[in-house]
Amino acid sequence: MLLVENLQKSFDGFIAVSDARLEVEKGEVVAVIGPNGAGKTTLFNLITGQLRADSGRLLFKGENISGMPPYGICRKGISRSFQVVNIFARLTVFENVRVSVISHNKRTFNLFSRAESIAVSETEEILKSLGFSEKSDRISGSLSHGDQKVLEMAIALGNRPELLILDEPTAGMSPEETRDTLELMKLLSRERGITILFCEHDMELVFSISNRIMVMQHGRTIIQGKPDVVRNDTHVQEAYLGGADERF
Amino acid sequence: MSERSAWKALAPWLAVFVLLLLAPRFLPRFQIYLTGLILTTGLLAVSLNLVLGLGGMYQFHHAVFYGIGAYTVALVITKTALSPWIGFLLAPVVSALFSLAIGLICVRLSKLYFGMLQISLGSLVWAVVFRWYSFTGGDDGIHGIPVPDIISSTDGAYYFSLILTAICLIVMQRIVNSPFGRSFQAVRDNPVRSEAVGINVKRVQLTGMVISGAFAGIAGSMFVVIEGSVFPELMFWTLSLEIIIMCLLGGWFTFLGPMLGAAIIVLLRTVVGIYTEYWTLVLGIVLMLLILFLPQGVLGYFLEIFKRGGMKAVQERK
Repeated sequence: MLLVENLQKSFDGFIAVSDARLEVEKGEVVAVIGPNGAGKTTLFNLITGQLRADSGRLLFKGENISGMPPYGICRKGISRSFQVVNIFARLTVFENVRVSVISHNKRTFNLFSRAESIAVSETEEILKSLGFSEKSDRISGSLSHGDQKVLEMAIALGNRPELLILDEPTAGMSPEETRDTLELMKLLSRERGITILFCEHDMELVFSISNRIMVMQHGRTIIQGKPDVVRNDTHVQEAYLGGADERF
Repeated sequence: MSERSAWKALAPWLAVFVLLLLAPRFLPRFQIYLTGLILTTGLLAVSLNLVLGLGGMYQFHHAVFYGIGAYTVALVITKTALSPWIGFLLAPVVSALFSLAIGLICVRLSKLYFGMLQISLGSLVWAVVFRWYSFTGGDDGIHGIPVPDIISSTDGAYYFSLILTAICLIVMQRIVNSPFGRSFQAVRDNPVRSEAVGINVKRVQLTGMVISGAFAGIAGSMFVVIEGSVFPELMFWTLSLEIIIMCLLGGWFTFLGPMLGAAIIVLLRTVVGIYTEYWTLVLGIVLMLLILFLPQGVLGYFLEIFKRGGMKAVQERK
């Protein structure tokens, strides 16, 4: 479904991503792991068009998407959440999600119908599936950090993505919130058939949900494979986990 | 909102409209003229706020589109054999086209750079109008424009501007509450996220500019009816600054705040202007007080008090 080959990106001489390779099949849950500064977020920004790659190939469902603007990539069926909370802070929770539903329904340029009566049931359904119904009238900027991270996902779901990209979905969350998020990701994958690509530092979460794991270091893909293969790979243990005896 | 509460919300505005409709029966001519001018300037300010407040774009030279609307009407009436009404129809169209042209160039830049480039391009239009004596009358402008009889009297001009303002406000309110309005707001709050949910940010901003420019053009055509003349100052950048001040003064997060801001400035200029030519000094003091004490604008302040009062009432009932 998604194929990344030899992707490269540098900023003013600093090479953030030097050789990223990634393959995501339909229906999979794929994790990208690696130490801080390995280039995970840059990789995601390249895939969803916030950044433009210097070289390399980006194929989504066989179509070249490199160089496309973020809104174009989104319309192809890739949605994402951001690592640092990136929501519409002055709008209510409901409006946050409705904006992306309106966009998905191609009604952004509809000037004269009443927004109040548009996309209501779809938005409600998404909020309900995330257990967010009671908070729908809250101004999103006033939510707790954990709730804002969930809202991140809700906004991304408004576009009904085929591929959902989550950049550290549980960063800064409490253990309970992390568990809820994990359950949610399982649900999205199993019941809605959404393909998920995410990066995460919580190894327990990574190994409990992923079908495949890709490991990055210094902007390079070291390995991509099944969790067991990755777990036992000596390169990974040395490079990322700091020694063969450390457990995760 | 239920039907009944919708009526309740609408009732005060209906009352204001009826009051304004009856105003010529009990107000002297000068005050009717002044009210017409307030409505015109107010419509201009509300149209600016569509991009400034709703879209968060630094539209620093909005007066250009006002001036273009006014000149379109003036030129159609004085230079062509067409019906004057065609001029009124063309005013928003021509303003929208200029808005599109200037917008296509500016919208690539963001925030302050957008505003600076707009000032330069707008000043270019002003310079052409200011110098092109054979066509626009240069710095003299065009005076004694013969508008159709039915709207040429003080009352006629007043009713023309009142009804047009009412229609424009209803349409703009509708746009603010449309899916486009919501998306525009989202773009204001977070352009990066908007792009990530599939919104073509530049196109939304350009559309907002064109709409806002068209309404400014309508305001410009109303000015011609009220004053009977046009001059290059209508599109000079200082007027643009004044409109921005109106928005801030009235409250740029409210729909009708700019209208109130326009009323305050037009009244200040007229009333204080009688006593001293340094009326801007008073304006300066008012502005300073406002920034210190009512940063959300006059209407914004009253709405907040009103809301707080409403919440208290709800709590007491509980």
